[in-house]
Amino acid sequence: MKRRQLLSDWLVPLAVFAVLAIVPELHFSIPKLFDQPISSPGTLQLLAACVLFGGLALTYDIQFGYTGLLSFGHALYIAVGVYLSNIAITDWHWNFWVAILFTMGVAFVLANVLGFVSLRVGGIAFAMVTLAFAQAGAVLALKDPHHWTHGEEGLGADYTRLPHVFVGIFNTKNLYWLALGFLVVVFFTVRWAVESSPGRVWQAIRENELRVEVLGMRPHLYKLQAFVLSSTLAAGGGIVYMLLYNGSTLGVTAPNFTLALLLMVVIGGAGSRWGAVLGGILYTYLNDRLVSVGSSSTVDGLPHALRIPLSQPLFLLGVIFILIVFFLPGGLAGIVVRGRPSGLRRLQEAVRPEPSLTAPQEDA
Amino acid sequence: MSTWLLLTITGLGLGAMYFLIASGLSLIYGLMGVLNFAHGAFITVGAYASWWTEAHLFSGVHSITLRFLLAALMGLLVGGVFAALVELILIRPLYNRHIEQVLVTVGLSIAFVALVQGIWGPDPQAFAVPPWLHETTTIAGAHIPNDRWIEIGTAAAVLGLLQLFLRRTRYGLIIRAGVENRAMVQALGIDVRKAFTLVFAIGGIAAAVAGVLSGVYFNVVGPDQGTSLLIFAFIVVVIGGLGSIGGSAAAAVVVALTQQYTNYYASAGVGDMVVVLLLGLVLLARPRGLAGAVVGARA
Repeated sequence: MKRRQLLSDWLVPLAVFAVLAIVPELHFSIPKLFDQPISSPGTLQLLAACVLFGGLALTYDIQFGYTGLLSFGHALYIAVGVYLSNIAITDWHWNFWVAILFTMGVAFVLANVLGFVSLRVGGIAFAMVTLAFAQAGAVLALKDPHHWTHGEEGLGADYTRLPHVFVGIFNTKNLYWLALGFLVVVFFTVRWAVESSPGRVWQAIRENELRVEVLGMRPHLYKLQAFVLSSTLAAGGGIVYMLLYNGSTLGVTAPNFTLALLLMVVIGGAGSRWGAVLGGILYTYLNDRLVSVGSSSTVDGLPHALRIPLSQPLFLLGVIFILIVFFLPGGLAGIVVRGRPSGLRRLQEAVRPEPSLTAPQEDA
Repeated sequence: MSTWLLLTITGLGLGAMYFLIASGLSLIYGLMGVLNFAHGAFITVGAYASWWTEAHLFSGVHSITLRFLLAALMGLLVGGVFAALVELILIRPLYNRHIEQVLVTVGLSIAFVALVQGIWGPDPQAFAVPPWLHETTTIAGAHIPNDRWIEIGTAAAVLGLLQLFLRRTRYGLIIRAGVENRAMVQALGIDVRKAFTLVFAIGGIAAAVAGVLSGVYFNVVGPDQGTSLLIFAFIVVVIGGLGSIGGSAAAAVVVALTQQYTNYYASAGVGDMVVVLLLGLVLLARPRGLAGAVVGARA
């Protein structure tokens, strides 16, 4: 292994994660960035959500950035993790670990079945089919035919059946470490997967699927592999989400939940590990903090026409996203990686209406 | 029998809205290869523009029917102009870069819903319509709300006008040819980009019609009404075959009726699931949709 690769693949990530791991022990406060000291439960909860979404964004990037599959239904698998684990524990009174194993198993099987069907079509049709499946899941959770999910009320987790280290406000730092652990697992799994030989085929499919087919390989199986890996990891993230928020609510089943992941990945940089993670962290942080900026006294003094957009974090994030698509197709990671096409520039094949054997043109 | 008739007419009313949304989506996709996520924003623009003008601009007009009609026309105008501007400002600079075009429409739909919520609040607004729209007509024992006829009639008129436009005018010919083979149209020296703005404007107007009608159907206009209608319109477009207006119309009727019947005869929510199942079946049997001419799909 080359020294440079050793550095970028192992030493830098390990150093970054080590720094992130000691965050709950920092007892000072950073004014402006956080309202409360870093080690306070409120701030830790936000930071845990940030790293969790860093990991979730990275699971989405396996399909989108590395394989060129534009899915609008990734939320379905996260929702399976969020809801099924909780239903098994709270409604069925299962043992915590059995419930976790069962949830992961169901997510794996479901990803195989639905992935197999939806991957029969490509490009935009794939996006719409995944959207429809996710919508079916959302309807199921909302209508709640078996009285498991409790519809719009949501399902609070039965805390007596959860491991004690994850229960209660004083254990927020354990939840933070759990979320960070999830991020670390996803990060190194993705590194391992995209450097493996199937992972190289995924990236070849992203660049030009027809060429992969001409080389005698079957893109369908490789795409299914990426889809299943991404979805199963996402379900794991969903379990962490359930523990972090102490239950399940319908928000995770909404189409906008997947769109948020898409925004995170594109803002950070599609097809880049650090990019997706950074995008997830930044998006979650801004979405939370911009609300308080919007209600702060500085903004209150502004004229009406400026105050309204500033009080809507999703408006600002949507605008930032559009600007990035226009002017920074490599996302934030693209600022660092210069010279070769990155991010969206490599994804032209993902929604190309008609496949072609020639390489995608850089600029038409 | 009377229940069945009521369900059928209501289902057709819902299908009318699906069709109005799906026709624009389908034309835009067929011609430009863009899945327009911002279509939900077009619906919202149409609905809010007519709601706002009815309450503010035309509040002096005495007859409520006339006021409603003026407001509805205003909604269509604003919807069409908004859609054309979106094409000119956001889509055109990204010509031939499909993924960026899709993503920009996604960003627009998110930012736009948030903006509407910021200005008018997250709660739906009551939409004043002529009272006779909410009276019922009795046919074969079924009491059918009058607005259903308006919805079905409008969608049928839009379908007729669209077909007339596509088959009888020069621009219609260019659009049809472009759906068939865009490169060839360009090779013949026709500036196909004008047609892009045109289909966006047409799609925007049709979506705005759907927005106004959804205001009539639900009695309110809300910030995310457009997004929820959009998902079923997507399903309609895929089942009907991307790029085919006739396919969209047929699929809209099939989807809406299936949804209504199963939601009533089985239980609420089952209809939505069955529609998704239908989509899965159609894709397994015919990955190109029922009438698909142009698709982004390969089996």
